[in-house]
Amino acid sequence: MTQTAVAPPAKSDKPSKSASPLARLRAPAWYQRYGVYVAVAVVLLFNALFTEHFMTADNFRTQLVQVAPIVIVALGMALVIGTEGVDLSVGSTMALAAAFLPLYLGYGLVPALVVSLLAGAVVGAVNGALVSLVGLQPIVATLALFVGGRGLALVMADGQLKQIVNPDLLSLGTGSFLGIPLVVWIAGVLAVAVAFLVQRTTFGRQVVAVGGNRSAAALAGLPVKRVLIGVYVICGVLAGLAGILATARLTASDPSSLGTLMELSAITAVVVGGTPLNGGSVRVLGTVAGALLMQLLRATLVKHDLPDSTAQIAQAAIIIAAVYVARERRSR
Amino acid sequence: MNETKPVTAAPAPVPTKTPAARPAAGPEQAGRQRAAELLQRQGVLAVLLTVVIAASFIYPTFASLDNARGVTIQASFLAVVALGMTMVIITGGIDLSVGSVFALGGVLAAWASQYGFLAALLLPLVVCGGIGLLNGLLIARGNMAPFIVTLATLLGARGLLLALTDEGATTYLVPKDSAFGELGQGSVWGFGYPIIIALVLFGAGGLVLQRTSFGQTLFAVGGSSDAATLMGLPVARTKILVYTLSGLLAGLAGALNAARLSSGVTIVGVGMELDAISAVVIGGTLLVGGAGSISGTLWGVLLLAVIQNLINQIGSLNSSYQSVVSGGFLIVVVVAQRYLARSRRST
Repeated sequence: MTQTAVAPPAKSDKPSKSASPLARLRAPAWYQRYGVYVAVAVVLLFNALFTEHFMTADNFRTQLVQVAPIVIVALGMALVIGTEGVDLSVGSTMALAAAFLPLYLGYGLVPALVVSLLAGAVVGAVNGALVSLVGLQPIVATLALFVGGRGLALVMADGQLKQIVNPDLLSLGTGSFLGIPLVVWIAGVLAVAVAFLVQRTTFGRQVVAVGGNRSAAALAGLPVKRVLIGVYVICGVLAGLAGILATARLTASDPSSLGTLMELSAITAVVVGGTPLNGGSVRVLGTVAGALLMQLLRATLVKHDLPDSTAQIAQAAIIIAAVYVARERRSR
Repeated sequence: MNETKPVTAAPAPVPTKTPAARPAAGPEQAGRQRAAELLQRQGVLAVLLTVVIAASFIYPTFASLDNARGVTIQASFLAVVALGMTMVIITGGIDLSVGSVFALGGVLAAWASQYGFLAALLLPLVVCGGIGLLNGLLIARGNMAPFIVTLATLLGARGLLLALTDEGATTYLVPKDSAFGELGQGSVWGFGYPIIIALVLFGAGGLVLQRTSFGQTLFAVGGSSDAATLMGLPVARTKILVYTLSGLLAGLAGALNAARLSSGVTIVGVGMELDAISAVVIGGTLLVGGAGSISGTLWGVLLLAVIQNLINQIGSLNSSYQSVVSGGFLIVVVVAQRYLARSRRST
């Protein structure tokens, strides 16, 4: 083995000359920022040309209603990923928040909603405390509640699906305002709020700073621990809200299946939307577009009578392709 | 995040491997240090033994040989998957695709079992190993984050599985009395072949990790990928190899499970990646890479299986408590590890 020992480390900023062609393939800089919008436009154009009954208000309403809970969860996930974290517990948090609903609806809608959202906040606070105060890796810290949270939800609901009969709550899931479903309004307003939070508030700047370089942020006197707890609490509350809305739409609280694989959908939306997994930047609009892209792709494939399995394989390929060409120059 | 990690392959008596950079300490402190180190490495085993002994006194049925057979066979499939996951995590990576690959391996094996024993075993190994190889190539050569790559193959493998089974409608059966079925159902002294296979694999894995240069390279890559590259270690090749191994082992576990169940069940393996990661983490392997042990993973898997079994024994307890208890254990163990690691560094 006469391999030279002075080969540049794999993480160098520029791909070295010896890098394989696979490693050199990389999209232009604009792609990283705008690629997801281009992709959404391409999918829409394809459907406008080749898919019947796709570019209709009815279809868009359906697609938006379906994507709304993912968007809401993904917004919180984007903040967490912005701090170089990840929250695997969002699906379980949805189930947990939903499990509280039927228990407290007897006291009225508002108390039930407050308790459910509080449940999400508590999950987030625990995650945040484990990450910031104990110093656990986010994957491990949130894995515990991923495992335990759903169990807790099942325990509280006696393992049963509970019908929801409160008309006010149900109208949250099925109602609409100005012809646009309420859940879509809620997701839209939240997206604007989170975008504002990221771009215009001190907290938002702190999130990005903590994700970019935690020790530098700490040295600069930023309240790193408070920021970390904050993003996980926001993520938990948003997941709880998504759980409530999904429950209202399904007209039943189903702790065993609600929100399964939601963590993966949310992470996918965030990453496809251009937020790097190693933190330091949060793309809110990109996250919304990422969620929309995955939803529209699935709908497109289904409308062309391709089975669900093909849709999943296509989704996998697209995630890889999207992330591959948009890789950060400093990976990981 | 950049504390130096002891490049220590756990429980084997390799005293030369103890971190040399540790500051000199008084005898009393050194003793405490050693205790903390031992606790971190073998704490799971202590917890496992405590739980098992306590349970044997409280629930007489728990201590029976039959029950031991039941618990271990249940644990054997997760154990094989977790073995691959341990190696991946030691290199500082993660493999989220194992649950889907496990299910896919089962379906492929069940389908191929009509063509004989060898086909039933080879097909899942080739396909699942191929998926692992793809993971490894994208991660090592493509410089992509393991989390995202294996997340995508999680989706892709499940899609492939659905495509093979007419969207989950078809269940392939393993022919009765075939050699392949025997692999899942046969036993030695009542202990099923999957248990034996899992034990052999863990023995081999432990040897590879501690006695071969490949094993040492794993720790070096996980400790610092850059440093390993500068040292001239084959970093990319090592990573590709561990992800391939992880895919192979997940596929093998899936095939064994199909043989056990006599059919390729499509709904297995959902969330299995997280069970495997839990077991690995409970077993003392650090998720940041560079440190960990195969035996710890074995104890971690057994601990999870024993908890599940105990909750079944306590008939009055809802089975949903299992995940609550598992989650609680996970928190306790990782928080304890964190504090032990911290106290070790500060002394």
